[in-house]
Amino acid sequence: MPPAKSWRTYPQTYRLEAARCLDCGKIFFPPRLICSKCHGRRFERFNMKRTGKVLTHTIIRTPGDAFSGEAPFAVGVIEMDDGARLTTQIVDVPFEEIKIGLLVKLEFRRHYCEGADGIINYGHKAVPLRQ
Amino acid sequence: MTVGIVGYGAHIPRRRIKVEEIARVWGADAPSYKKGLELSQKSVPALDEDTITLSVEASRNALARAGIDPKDIGACYVGSESHPYAVKPSGVAVAEAIGATPDCHCADFEFACKAGSEGMFVAYGLVKAGLIKYGLGIGADTSQGAPGDALEYAASAGAAAFIMGADEDLLIASIDETYSFMTDTPDFWRREHQVYPSHGGRFTGEPAYFRTITGGVTGILEKSGLKPQDFKYAIFHQPNGKFPKRIGKKLGFSFEQIDVGRLVPFLGNTYSGSSPMGLTAVLDVADPGDRILMCSYGSGAGADAFIFTVRDRVREVQDLAPKTRWLLDENLIFLQYGEYAKLRRKIRLAGE
Repeated sequence: MPPAKSWRTYPQTYRLEAARCLDCGKIFFPPRLICSKCHGRRFERFNMKRTGKVLTHTIIRTPGDAFSGEAPFAVGVIEMDDGARLTTQIVDVPFEEIKIGLLVKLEFRRHYCEGADGIINYGHKAVPLRQ
Repeated sequence: MTVGIVGYGAHIPRRRIKVEEIARVWGADAPSYKKGLELSQKSVPALDEDTITLSVEASRNALARAGIDPKDIGACYVGSESHPYAVKPSGVAVAEAIGATPDCHCADFEFACKAGSEGMFVAYGLVKAGLIKYGLGIGADTSQGAPGDALEYAASAGAAAFIMGADEDLLIASIDETYSFMTDTPDFWRREHQVYPSHGGRFTGEPAYFRTITGGVTGILEKSGLKPQDFKYAIFHQPNGKFPKRIGKKLGFSFEQIDVGRLVPFLGNTYSGSSPMGLTAVLDVADPGDRILMCSYGSGAGADAFIFTVRDRVREVQDLAPKTRWLLDENLIFLQYGEYAKLRRKIRLAGE
């Protein structure tokens, strides 16, 4: 991902910034311009709480080059406590302990590097919620 | 105006490697290393953990305890010798992730293992000068030791973050005195483009660590008029388990005073995070009125000493974020040397 494209996503990748429709309350992550539920155009931005649960998951054994050193790894759809859903890696847990409904929190982690001399892309990954 | 800590937090990677596993690979005698270093295991960062990620997590824990708006943080300083970029600051990434940008002064500090306490000192100074409302000082490292070198048994990863402020009703611990002791002492260094640091062997002990910390502690005790017996806890830089015990004894502190903040036997040496992380473990259990001495050490060489007095609010905030001993002891993943070598990028892959 070029640095400019990565930079535009920092509010979401760094701070989990979502948008709440001011007319119907629906939450969007990432934010959008028109509400899919009520077609409203007024939103407020807020940072989501970093907790949620696993909605579904899979194991990636043959990833793209940027992630080849990490294989195999788990990827899941996480339903956040604030209601939005996002896809991310589930880490620091044996695969057999990853179940639908597993409570997780999102930790700040490296996503991938643009080669040895490119930028480092950061974001969030899910770890089991243990405290 | 009294300035002190209004929020603190730590973060530790979950992976560990035992001394026996490192010694097995290099044909070394594990019991003698364990006895010599008073250390049984160390933390290891995952492929996706670095100084920035550890700093962000520690800072979020500090913010949870401070209960302040991150927009009010006027300075964010990251002290480390393992900044992910050679040119591009760690501080801006941390400040961006916690929501402190753009009205925030950011800088990265380097001074071997003392870089964390430098950030704390400068953040404290700016609040005291009235230039900022709150300042964030972080010590974090994912330190490296050359394969087979004595440093490999101890070099580990972790972070501690402190938010300094002057709100009487938010203070967790006041900072009552500071003192720094610096000389040019070449005991440990890493030249440009070198992967691993070099050190002066036994020279790192008496003329470096012990002389410098003695200077820092003696200086702050003279400045404050206090004695070792006036403190409930003392934290010294902990490159191994033995050094903080020896310097404590030499300076007149009991084992009970230094043991609570001595994390190194199960954590390893987190370099810039070392004594600051010890301070977080002490604050986790401290009672109002307890007096704490912390003295960092950075090769090259220098020591930053601080005297803190714990305030009543400590009891309200101790459970608002994970405690350091919990991070140290729970949910561990133990590695074999091959996995460790991969995670620490000690293996060159095709195309690299």
